[in-house]
Amino acid sequence: MSDGAPPVHEPSALELQRREYRRQATWRSVLIAAASTVAFALVAVLVVVNTPGWDAVKQTFFNWEIGRESFPDILEGLWLNIRALFFAGIGVAIFGTVLAVIRSLRGPVFFPLRMLATVYVDLFRGVPVLIVLYLVGFGIPALDIFPPMSAAVWGTIAIGLCYSAYVAEVLRAGMEAVHPSQRIAARSLGLSHAKTLRMVVIPQGVRKVIPALMNDFVSMQKDVGLISVLGAVDAIRAAQIDVALTYNMTPYVIAALLFIAISLPLTRLTDYVAARMNSREQIGGVV
Amino acid sequence: MSVLEVRDVWKSFGDNTVLKGVDLTLDEHDVVVLIGASGSGKSTLLRTINLIERIDDGQLLLSGDDISDPAVDMDKVRARIGVVFQQFNLFPHMRVIDNVTLAARKVHGENAATARERGAALLEQFGLGDKLSDYPDRLSGGQQQRVAIVRAILTNPELLLLDEITSALDPMLVGEVLDLVRGLKEQGSTILMATHEMAFARSVADRVVFMHGGRILEAGPPEQIFDAPQQPETREFLARVTHH
Repeated sequence: MSDGAPPVHEPSALELQRREYRRQATWRSVLIAAASTVAFALVAVLVVVNTPGWDAVKQTFFNWEIGRESFPDILEGLWLNIRALFFAGIGVAIFGTVLAVIRSLRGPVFFPLRMLATVYVDLFRGVPVLIVLYLVGFGIPALDIFPPMSAAVWGTIAIGLCYSAYVAEVLRAGMEAVHPSQRIAARSLGLSHAKTLRMVVIPQGVRKVIPALMNDFVSMQKDVGLISVLGAVDAIRAAQIDVALTYNMTPYVIAALLFIAISLPLTRLTDYVAARMNSREQIGGVV
Repeated sequence: MSVLEVRDVWKSFGDNTVLKGVDLTLDEHDVVVLIGASGSGKSTLLRTINLIERIDDGQLLLSGDDISDPAVDMDKVRARIGVVFQQFNLFPHMRVIDNVTLAARKVHGENAATARERGAALLEQFGLGDKLSDYPDRLSGGQQQRVAIVRAILTNPELLLLDEITSALDPMLVGEVLDLVRGLKEQGSTILMATHEMAFARSVADRVVFMHGGRILEAGPPEQIFDAPQQPETREFLARVTHH
């Protein structure tokens, strides 16, 4: 095929001119975006600062003196949230997958299992997280059949139970979105139903719903803050204690900023993964 | 003035240079058929003309307008070109008549009633008069592809690009689609098509263009290309596709 062609094609004057035009167009849009962002931020700040109650609000919510003092307590509490998130995340990944697989089992033999999983998913998706926390955190220990465990552990379990139900539904949607011809191809090779699920359906199904799963994870990241209602001293509880001591709301704002800080990397990663999957699955082109 | 002028067009995907300086001109009513092995650059050439792929160098002129100019409105250019794809790409959530009239109504601002009337007449003319209210998945592949062609021509595009439109069809259904293309030629459409149907290329093409490794190796009237190919690559390609 290489019939004397130069290895690198030198762009023509016309093409260089077009590239220059595109470069300028890019600069123009960057400048416009920057200008409109600044203008918008300026207006927003001016509006808030000029409200009649701004001075009082500033005192109550943005007192950096109090913020600085409460910061170490809240940070220590946040460590508990991060641990809770870690274990809940692992639990949800396992239990959610099991639920999804059970719900997608076919055949009359599995009816009781399937029904149990369905009821479970319906219940835990329907009941508000806060109520699940109370029921699990106060109800189960009262049965006196488990060794005493801290509120944080029960809280983590409760969050995990709720999110397993959500994640199971997302995974099931992904598995059902895998084209039936893939199952047929796998079964035709002699793979059993279980092996077809494990080797062919789940890997493809998970890939389809990765953005949705990451969205659930980000959501869980902040919901682990709810374990504070059981008395666990996490970031929110630590902030609450400082609020009670100082009669000032700034510790809540600090806690909020910390929660944003831990969720930001993941939200950006979600965007990146979604964009990459898009570019890989489409045939490309300018559309 | 030529309907389409492709001047020294280059296109790479990463390190893979797919088009290496392609020149091609179509005058009004020309039917030009691109042949060549898979990966020779036929589809990429069609996609660059429809501005789906941005060229790395060269120039594309549509009725004299430089459509490779980055200042050009791509939607307006695409509205002037009809495209039919290998996989039909009909919209599965719309009835046949809505598929066919979508661009007329939403891009060209045609009144829904007259668009519908013209769409129905054209479908009728191509033997699809009883399919107006069907959804695409109720139709055979050949019927779907004919609907896709009607969708592409309803807005009277200056140029029609057909990208291997029979490759996904049952051999039994290829004929009905090709007959339709033959009808378009008789009505004077300007068509650039990539195909593997050599017999059809011979009977319909004004010019056959053989692509190889991102270049046009040979072009000319079908008798010349098929009966007296000059390049060894052309001869080898034709030997492969005509004898199995």
